[in-house]
Amino acid sequence: MKHLLEYGIEPVDSHVNQKTDKSWSIKDKLLLGLTPGQYLGQALRNPFNWILAIILAVGLPLIAYRYFYGLGVVTHSSNDYPWGLFLGFGLFCMVPLSASGFMLGTAVEIFGRHDFEPIERLALLNGLLGYFFAVVYLLVDLGQPWRLPYPMFVSFGPAAVLFLVAWHVATYLSVQVAEVSVAFFEWIGWLGGKRFIRRIAVGLTVSGIILSTLHQGALGALFNYAPGKIHPLWYSAPFQWIHFFVSAIPAGLCMVIVVSTIIKKTMAWRCDENYLDNLDRCTLGLAKGASLALITYLVIKFIGVAHDNEWAYLATGWGAWFLLEMAIGVVLPIILFAYAVRHQVVKVARWGAAITVFGIVLNRLNTALITFNWQLYQEIPHLFEVIIAVTLFAIYVIVYRFLLYRLPILYSWKEQTEVAFSTEPVSASPTRTIPSQAYNMSRNID
Amino acid sequence: MSGISRRRFLAASIAGCAATTLAVPKKALASGAFSGYPDSMGVLVDLSRCIGCRSCEAACNEEQNLPAPALPFNDKSVFDQTFHGGTQKRRTDENAYTVVNRYNPEGSEPVYRKFQCNHCAEPACLSSCFVNAYTKTPEGAVIYNKNVCVGCRTCMVACPFHVPAYSYSSAFDPAIKKCIFCHETRLKNGLPPACVDICPQEALTFGKRKDLIKIANQRIQTNPGRYINHIYGENELGGTSWMYLSPVPFEEVGFDPNPGNEPIISHVKDFLSTVPMVLAIWPALFVGFHLLAKKQDGHDHDAEKQHEEEGAE
Repeated sequence: MKHLLEYGIEPVDSHVNQKTDKSWSIKDKLLLGLTPGQYLGQALRNPFNWILAIILAVGLPLIAYRYFYGLGVVTHSSNDYPWGLFLGFGLFCMVPLSASGFMLGTAVEIFGRHDFEPIERLALLNGLLGYFFAVVYLLVDLGQPWRLPYPMFVSFGPAAVLFLVAWHVATYLSVQVAEVSVAFFEWIGWLGGKRFIRRIAVGLTVSGIILSTLHQGALGALFNYAPGKIHPLWYSAPFQWIHFFVSAIPAGLCMVIVVSTIIKKTMAWRCDENYLDNLDRCTLGLAKGASLALITYLVIKFIGVAHDNEWAYLATGWGAWFLLEMAIGVVLPIILFAYAVRHQVVKVARWGAAITVFGIVLNRLNTALITFNWQLYQEIPHLFEVIIAVTLFAIYVIVYRFLLYRLPILYSWKEQTEVAFSTEPVSASPTRTIPSQAYNMSRNID
Repeated sequence: MSGISRRRFLAASIAGCAATTLAVPKKALASGAFSGYPDSMGVLVDLSRCIGCRSCEAACNEEQNLPAPALPFNDKSVFDQTFHGGTQKRRTDENAYTVVNRYNPEGSEPVYRKFQCNHCAEPACLSSCFVNAYTKTPEGAVIYNKNVCVGCRTCMVACPFHVPAYSYSSAFDPAIKKCIFCHETRLKNGLPPACVDICPQEALTFGKRKDLIKIANQRIQTNPGRYINHIYGENELGGTSWMYLSPVPFEEVGFDPNPGNEPIISHVKDFLSTVPMVLAIWPALFVGFHLLAKKQDGHDHDAEKQHEEEGAE
């Protein structure tokens, strides 16, 4: 794409082709305003696409193999280890990393922090896709995936934590689809839908907070069913759900930092000035938030240890592993964030975020797999299980990139101003000069 | 500004009310303790009587129409089998709903221990199931309905005894496999399960659970020194229909010595009871934050028309 930009081709960012003054068709929009030949050419030139293609070539047949021959042939899931990587990584890691949607939604919509708007849509999309792919992982893991709607429509077990998770993830997915649909409506040019969503934005955001609080916590509470199976340092009867909920906050914020950094490095052509100019400032803001959450998390983790009087375990091998997780995954990022915020070094904050994401993933894998059945024996995932998990993640990356290339997530859609302002009751002030003006104003119509 | 905010507030309140209404049954079902049906049946397993003949395994296999095992049921070499680096003995799986294992406690003859689903009064599998596939019958059995099972396997994670097994080999019709107390074929009609019927040593005693506790206490009292003074399952994890007497400490024959007397559901109740509170309080709390933030926003930047416009939307 970079090469094409040098030749003066500009990606679609409005309904009207600036050069020819004709409306873009849906096909043009899908191909980013390129001809099919140009599009295919740039796709083939990108070496990352070849890596993805290799992963899919190996992984997709394995997924088919799993559906025709059962879970037994591709996983080490067993009667002692019912859950493997698909849930251990796919569900328990993807969901906290997707807490970004409700965090940024709350900051912008509830607390009115419009200075975070340049990354709000990215955070919402990150949330939506993370949840969606958590469900995709679930569909690969469930014994009878075609019965996924059963807890909603066929047979109810309302006292089960998983019932809550199922309902909340399903409703929250719909909420997130609605939140992200604003960008989609702009893209297809249906302002009515956009106005409607903007009108219910606060309601959506508040329901997002409720649902997120509950099911981030519920994922932790799922382990309350197995009090004797998880190592006591990773299990805290009264606080498990709070540990999961609180750690989801830095996880979501840091995931946005990580994703936004990758975007800045790899698809700057798709970002507008509003995004690129504000990213460093937003990153430090997110880092501040994440470090507060991490400090809280560190404290309540040790309150958990103290509450159950588990200090003696810290002197064991498992204790060393626990302390290592805390040191790398929590303490190190806190130090990096503190340095980054104090000295305004964005790069350090980005490293801190990447380490935080790693730390949270490690925590979830520790809880769901590594210390699970600590008194029995350790299980190592099947090679095919790892490949399928990587394949699903590759599909996640592909879908993520597909949407970022097209929808106005990283750039603002240039509206035809007459249409946009015909319903605007308050006149816009001409004094505002920051580049996000059109973007902000078009978002504030409702 | 205020008009829009009010409308939004109402929308959020309605959403909150709807959510709260949904939450009520959750709490109602989660509350209260259940100590078992009064006349439920059970089995007392006396480990001091078991000789490891494995005829119960054979009877179970036949009664439940399970596939024939690789080694015949009279083959005693299975007692020497270990798995996962020698740490694990045989366990129940999709083809065996009960297994007998041999233990060699120090200073004692080998002790054989039959194992199967213990049919808890408040089963973890049942309370963790989000499609209600499990039922605790008044007769005492914990049965499973494979027609609604989604295959999430949370019941297997939840079971403190590691009992439920899954047919991982089946792609299109996988199911949880575990002892069902011969509910359909026998228990429903007042008959003892197949394993009890066949036991040549009377190591297994079938009866009303409350009578079995009396019998067990009697055996402990009339045979001083023969048993550990404890009925495993009387109180463990809220009580189980199957209970055990052992001549040696329970941890030496593969039992978790200290699983606690609370049923698994009680570990989850705290969280479940926060759910309706979050559903009820969060809407007003966060809409309140929103209104507070907005007011301040408008006030602070009163001079700047620009920001007010932003707040007014």
